[in-house]
Amino acid sequence: MDVSWIPGDSDLLVTVVAGLVVLGGAGAALLGRTRKAPPREAPPREDDAAVAPAAAPAEAPVATEPESAVETPEAVDHRFGRLRGRVGAGLGQSLLAIFRRGSLSQDDWDELEETLLLADVGAAATDELMADLKARLRADPQADPRALLRAALLDVVDPGLDRSLRLGAAGDGALHSAIVVGVNGVGKTTTVGKLARVLVAEDRTVVLGAADTFRAAAADQLETWGTRVGVPVVRSHVDGADPASVAFEAADRARAEQAEVLLVDTAGRLQNKQGLMDELGKIVRVVSKVSPPSEVLLVLDATTGQNGLTQARVFGQVAPLTGIVLTKLDGTAKGGIVLAVQRELGVPVKFVGLGEGADDLAPFDPAGFVDSLLGE
Amino acid sequence: MFANLSDRLTETFRNLRGKGRLTEADIDGTIREIRRALLDADVAVPVVRTFTANIRERALGAEVSGALNPGQQVVKIVNEELIAILGGETRALRFAKHGPTVIMLAGLQGAGKTTLAGKLAHHLKGQGHTPLLVAADLQRPNAVTQLKVVGERAGVPVFAPEAGVTREDERPRGNPVKVAKKGLKEAEQRQHSVVIVDTAGRLGIDQELMRQASDIRKAVEPDEVLFVIDAMIGQDAVATATAFQEGVDFTGVVLTKLDGDARGGAALSVAEVTGRPIMFASTGEKLDDFEVFHPDRMASRILDMGDILTLIEQAERTFDQAEAERMAQKVTQGEDFTLADFLSQMQQLKNMGSMKKMLTMLPGMGQIRDQIENFDERELVRTEAIIQSMTPAERDNPKILNGSRRSRIAAGSGMQVSDVNSLVKRFEQAQQMMRAMSRGGGMPGMPGMPGAGGAPGAFGGLPGGKKSKGKQAPQRKVKGKSGNPAKRAQQEADARAGRPAQAPSQGSAFGLGQQAPQDVDRDALSADLSKYLGR
Repeated sequence: MDVSWIPGDSDLLVTVVAGLVVLGGAGAALLGRTRKAPPREAPPREDDAAVAPAAAPAEAPVATEPESAVETPEAVDHRFGRLRGRVGAGLGQSLLAIFRRGSLSQDDWDELEETLLLADVGAAATDELMADLKARLRADPQADPRALLRAALLDVVDPGLDRSLRLGAAGDGALHSAIVVGVNGVGKTTTVGKLARVLVAEDRTVVLGAADTFRAAAADQLETWGTRVGVPVVRSHVDGADPASVAFEAADRARAEQAEVLLVDTAGRLQNKQGLMDELGKIVRVVSKVSPPSEVLLVLDATTGQNGLTQARVFGQVAPLTGIVLTKLDGTAKGGIVLAVQRELGVPVKFVGLGEGADDLAPFDPAGFVDSLLGE
Repeated sequence: MFANLSDRLTETFRNLRGKGRLTEADIDGTIREIRRALLDADVAVPVVRTFTANIRERALGAEVSGALNPGQQVVKIVNEELIAILGGETRALRFAKHGPTVIMLAGLQGAGKTTLAGKLAHHLKGQGHTPLLVAADLQRPNAVTQLKVVGERAGVPVFAPEAGVTREDERPRGNPVKVAKKGLKEAEQRQHSVVIVDTAGRLGIDQELMRQASDIRKAVEPDEVLFVIDAMIGQDAVATATAFQEGVDFTGVVLTKLDGDARGGAALSVAEVTGRPIMFASTGEKLDDFEVFHPDRMASRILDMGDILTLIEQAERTFDQAEAERMAQKVTQGEDFTLADFLSQMQQLKNMGSMKKMLTMLPGMGQIRDQIENFDERELVRTEAIIQSMTPAERDNPKILNGSRRSRIAAGSGMQVSDVNSLVKRFEQAQQMMRAMSRGGGMPGMPGMPGAGGAPGAFGGLPGGKKSKGKQAPQRKVKGKSGNPAKRAQQEADARAGRPAQAPSQGSAFGLGQQAPQDVDRDALSADLSKYLGR
């Protein structure tokens, strides 16, 4: 039961594998002498599906339809302003307090570092920021440390990145698809719903695909979002449907109806579940058959700690991420993890979720974000 | 990618080996590494501060032991402290003396309350209780529907007099406090022994919702209020936990999404800041992915010391038990191990997911991290292809593989004849080894075997500790492909022997402190292995 002869230079690897096998087989033997091994658990298929009923109402591009049940959402401009004071009240105030003291002592540096750490910026990114700030201060000892930190933070956030949704221009006739991914409980379905509203507000015709066939009532939830702005929602007819097939149906329908944007909601999955990540890969592949996804948005919860980086990395391997939606920023969490993500992977935040209201999804504004970090 | 704490400590102590005592300067370096490890694991900054201060105090002077090297000693201290905080007062659920036991769930949005409600109900039902789920989350769209579905799966009745919000634009109707009260009355009438109240998720700063939660708490006077928190949460854990402690004064904590790869420092933060015990861990999406919290596993997870138990559990889930038993029998009866057996073993390994992931879970893999990074996962696929290109007869008896068969196999699998040759050669070596082992009566891979020089060190669980060096070194050579087959076989035997020995040590996280490292106890071992083998 040894596996240590796999060819190639995998020897080390193989010894490890061998260890595992021995652990499995020989261990059983050892035990088998004293007692029977218990029956084996069914292999976990984490995503047996749950809810899966039928497709949605007819397409109804909304802005033009003054029907009472269907509403026109608020335009997205200036939503970001709501964020400023809130985040500023946290990190910004303490930074202000530090900088008011004039020259920085070691304690101040420590405090500064701690403040960044408390915002979930992460140890590595914090170290880099601190080093950056120190270098800037050395180069220009007279400068206002606050302005320097702003510049340093802004460098990390990089306002130059394109943060608009790459879904083509309105009315260009082509179908653009976007897939929303993320771990469980970060607010993917809500984000899809809110994004649909944003797009409808921009006069785009949208089709939603409820490829979350696992979580109980997820498709219902998406459907309520869709119905509200008059966007068709494609969902499965049977329990436990293959999410990829739902995604394909949605894409197919979007094409048939000549919709401009297809938004696919996926089930939450932890990035270390290989089977589920494979399933996601399949969703991306089948959607690509109709229209290669021009946006793959990772939804990150602002409370997420350093695991957010792993999430971005692993999801990125399966479905190349084009942007991040940072949700639940209206709580006490600062969402500093996005700095680490962008620094490491170059994936920009495109939208932020600022509350439970239907229009509480705002485009991310780097300068505004940094300013609010600094309490301006 | 990221070196884990044990690797970094090893680095810190490289020049210290042989030193018997820890000086203040040594400890400073160590503390920095520990601090970093804790921060990377999302332990809250204030908690890190007090924690490292404690470590410094304990590590200095007093507890210098002859048996451990400085690195092992510090890790032992850190581990003990972690377990002390995490497992300070683990306890079971408190049940009411008479009338139904009321359990209330509270937590942030998306922490997994509703799912957990179902799991808890399932768990209690398994213990002979008759739980009733009460849908008091009237806030989140379709939360009531979700609870109904979950209840149905668990086979537990759900009390849901209000439909809650079923559309995004609906204003929440109905009074959750009343629902909770009615639920309690219903349970009394129908003689349910446990009532589980699912409440709406809320942000810590949402005064209104927090008041509602505390009203529910007052109305139903729960025996347990469980605070449900996501293992992925970052620095916000402290603020959230404090807010909930003030709001609903929870009596216990449930950690969810522990099946992810977040290191879960939040567990430490919450336990330390609130002093409330962590009672359960939720580890998957299925109803029975629910377990009592293990402080020792959590400690090594936070320190990123490798998580053998997780690995073992994963193996347990994916390995075909019947197949494992068949293999075991083969080995004990001294039958030959064939390529067909090899293939089936390898396929099971593939089921376990990414090989790299698994490897990085093993403690002590830090030193060969680069090699792991460079490993081509498709190596397995190629090997599989070669074996699958053989006829059953060839798989059972590779001796019949002559030149023409080999070239057919190479063509069939898209490989070179040399690849086939090398596979066959190595297989034969291994086969011989297996024969020797089954003849010798020793279980392959069991510690205590002669030649398992690395086993005691592996027991320590601290790579880079003096002992484990013995194990690491040959492994590295294995990688370097020793040209000498005999030496190679020996190395492989070493590596194999070393590996299972690590399993028991992880049960107690680092082993060393708790067990005399040289003393490999068979009973203890089989007890630990039994965890792997399915209890």
